[in-house]
Parts: sequence; structure tokens; C-alpha cells
Amino acid sequence: MKPAAVKYARAGDVQEAVALLSEHGTDAKVLAGGQSLVPLMNFRLASPSILIDINRVNELAYVREDNGSLLIGAMTRQRDVETSPVVAAAVPLLPQALHHVGHVTNRNRGTVGGSVAHADPASELPALVTGLAGELTVEGPKGQRTIAAEDFFVGTFTTAMEYDEVLTAVRLPRLPAGTGVAVEELARRHGDFAIVAVMAAVHLAPDGSVDLVRLAASGVDSVPLRLHSAEAVLAGAQPTADAIAAAAATVAASVNPTGDVHAPASYRRDMAQLLVKRAVGAAIERIGVSA
Amino acid sequence: MEMTFTVNGTQAKVEIDPAETLLGVLRERLRLTGTKEGCNEGECGACTVLVDGLPVDSCIYSAAATGGRRVETVEGLTLDELGRDLQAAFVAAGGVQCGFCTPGFIATLVSVLRENEAPSEDDLRTALAGNICRCTGYSQILDAVAATVSRRNGR
Repeated sequence: MKPAAVKYARAGDVQEAVALLSEHGTDAKVLAGGQSLVPLMNFRLASPSILIDINRVNELAYVREDNGSLLIGAMTRQRDVETSPVVAAAVPLLPQALHHVGHVTNRNRGTVGGSVAHADPASELPALVTGLAGELTVEGPKGQRTIAAEDFFVGTFTTAMEYDEVLTAVRLPRLPAGTGVAVEELARRHGDFAIVAVMAAVHLAPDGSVDLVRLAASGVDSVPLRLHSAEAVLAGAQPTADAIAAAAATVAASVNPTGDVHAPASYRRDMAQLLVKRAVGAAIERIGVSA
Repeated sequence: MEMTFTVNGTQAKVEIDPAETLLGVLRERLRLTGTKEGCNEGECGACTVLVDGLPVDSCIYSAAATGGRRVETVEGLTLDELGRDLQAAFVAAGGVQCGFCTPGFIATLVSVLRENEAPSEDDLRTALAGNICRCTGYSQILDAVAATVSRRNGR
């Protein structure tokens, strides 16, 4: 199958991209790395009328520390983020999560903003941004606005962005030094979309109690989830095996999976619970305290 | 639309349709049929080429976005000594059977070995995770890389 006919326009900067989106309406699609969009077009699952190419918008390719948080330009290639020492120091969960995103070839081309804006509920970056309470900056004809991750993802492949807005940056709070992080996935093959994925970041106080915990899951709802109930069980507690099991036990009520050809809903629910246990355990192990 | 880019060191000016992929332009407009179409969704790596030195899946790389960039395919990569060494080692080690995946493997491996003369097995496995081979079982391919590395470092 060949993709359907499409027009093409290259934006030189964000304002130009916004103007093109305003002009062409809802049938236009922003082309970032294209690692999701082009396959969808190849199989005619997507048939936009025009591609608005933002690959030359160099002002959106950067990684920097900004006021206690990590700021990533939407057009930064995933591989550049994965290998950045700035990222590894500020948010060590991010390179680990990226290691699970497709293969090196995909990450050489794929962008952080593209993956977030595509809003696939099974993919890693939307879950990470949600779990770490990140913020998304978008720009439209009326200017800039910032959206909290939990308000940004509103459904499968659907975000709170208007048709004429472009995602420009992803902001993630810096994790304190010594935070243990882990990504646990159930996937048929490495690099596939996970059937269920769980990400954990855990920091312990000097007395060994949990003073920061962030938990995210993908593949268990139409949007990526931050697992608030499980976090609440662990916050302030000693991270014993019992405490971790009690946290994991809350997960069944937090998730809302649907069954498909890969796995029934009940299996996803069970796996989410198991992966929370594993991810929290692995995160704690990496800070040198056994659970 | 017209698109100008560099292919294997030569400037190419081609008339393309914006719906086309880089793979389509290489194979159907430029007749560089060494690069193969496998899954067409960026999973199998048969279509791997280098763009500005980095391996990418050309089947999901928008042709229109290739303007001004430097593309290297198996045809160009095997004109260089490194590519030729790899090619010969693949043959000697039995890393080629049906051959469909080989151009993609060569492209990925050239980029790895340009960066690092002696990659670890872990580096290689990570780099090659996006290249699927259904014949060899991969160990002959890793043997071919090991032979290439020792041959080049022994020089």
C-alpha cells in the first residue's frame, strides 16, 4: 500500500508552523520525526491533507536545566536525550525509559515532543511525563500556554492541544540526587510497545523512609496514568516488602485497561500490580537499600 | 515538488511526491535497490540507511524532509574500506543467507564502527536490536563483526 496524496510545507520557526496550522485546519498534521505518523500514513491509517514539517525548527532542539527543572525542546531527538549527561543527572528515569522506545534507528529520528503529542497510551514518554508531574508548553495564535501533564492527555491519541497549537517544550522536575529509578515492562520483544509498562522513582530520607515516590503506568487506560494511590501508601513509610505489596494492591482500582489481541484487561490489571512491585523494588535496590 | 539531497556523495535533484518515503525515492526514483522494503513501519531494519551519518529506517523517513541532507546507502557504504571489510566478513562468516536484511545490517554496523573501533557485544546488540534477520540466528553476524574488528585493529 502507498500513502494517500498529501501536500507539504516546511516551517522555519514556531510562528510559521502555527500560521500554517491555522490556515489549513484540522486535516493538517505536524511532521516531527515521523516515527509514528509516517507508518500510519504508509498503511493509510492516517491521511492528512498537508504535512507541516518542523524538522528545521532548530530553536526547538535543546536540553537545559532551568530553575530546578529539566527543559527539553520538543524537537530534540530521543537519542540525543538518551545520551545527554545533563538529562542523566537531572532525570535519570528518562534515559532508562527511552531505552525502551523502539530501536536506536527510531530514536535517532524520533523526537521527545512528537512522542508526547502523539499521545499513544501505550508509549513510554507520555507515561513518564505524567508520572513525574511534567508540564507541556504549547504555542498557538493566542500565544503560549503551559498544561500540566495530567490535563494534557485526554484520550487515546488525543491531547488538550487545539488544532492550531504546536508543542514546544517539555518540563520535568529535577529528581533529587540519589533517587533510584526503574522501568519495568511487559513486551513481547524489546522495542515493541509495552503491553503494560510501569516506571518508578524513589528517594529515601536519612531514616530510610520514602520521602519522594513517583509511579507511572502505560497500557492500562486510554491515557497514561500517575498511580497516586500507590504513591500515597509508600510516601513517608519504610519501604518494606509489605509496604510495597500494599502499594501495589491499590493499583487494580487505579487502572482501567481494555482487552485487545495482545492481552485481556484482567491480565493487564494483574501485570500492572506485579510491575509496580518490581519497579519499586528495583528503584530502591538502585539506591542501595534492600526492600 | 523538487528535492535536492546528497546520495552516496553525489548531489541528486529529484521530483518527488510529498507522500513518498526516503525508501521509495531511493528505490523507485534513483534505482538504488540495495536498500530493501520489509515491514514498512520501522520495525525490521531492512531499509536502514545513514542520514547525516546516523542510521534511520528509510521506510518511515519522509522524503520531503530529506532535502539538504546527506544519505548513504549500502551501494555507497560498500565502496569504502570499512564497508568492504564488513561485506567480506559477512560472506566468510556465513552472516548472509537470503541476503534481504544484509544491506540494513551493513548500514547500522558501518555507523557503529565509525564511532567505535572496538564496540562491546552490548553496544552491538543495542545497535542491532532494530535489524531483524530470519536466517542466520545472528551469531554469524556477530562473528562477522568480530572478524572485521580484529582485522582492522590488526592493521
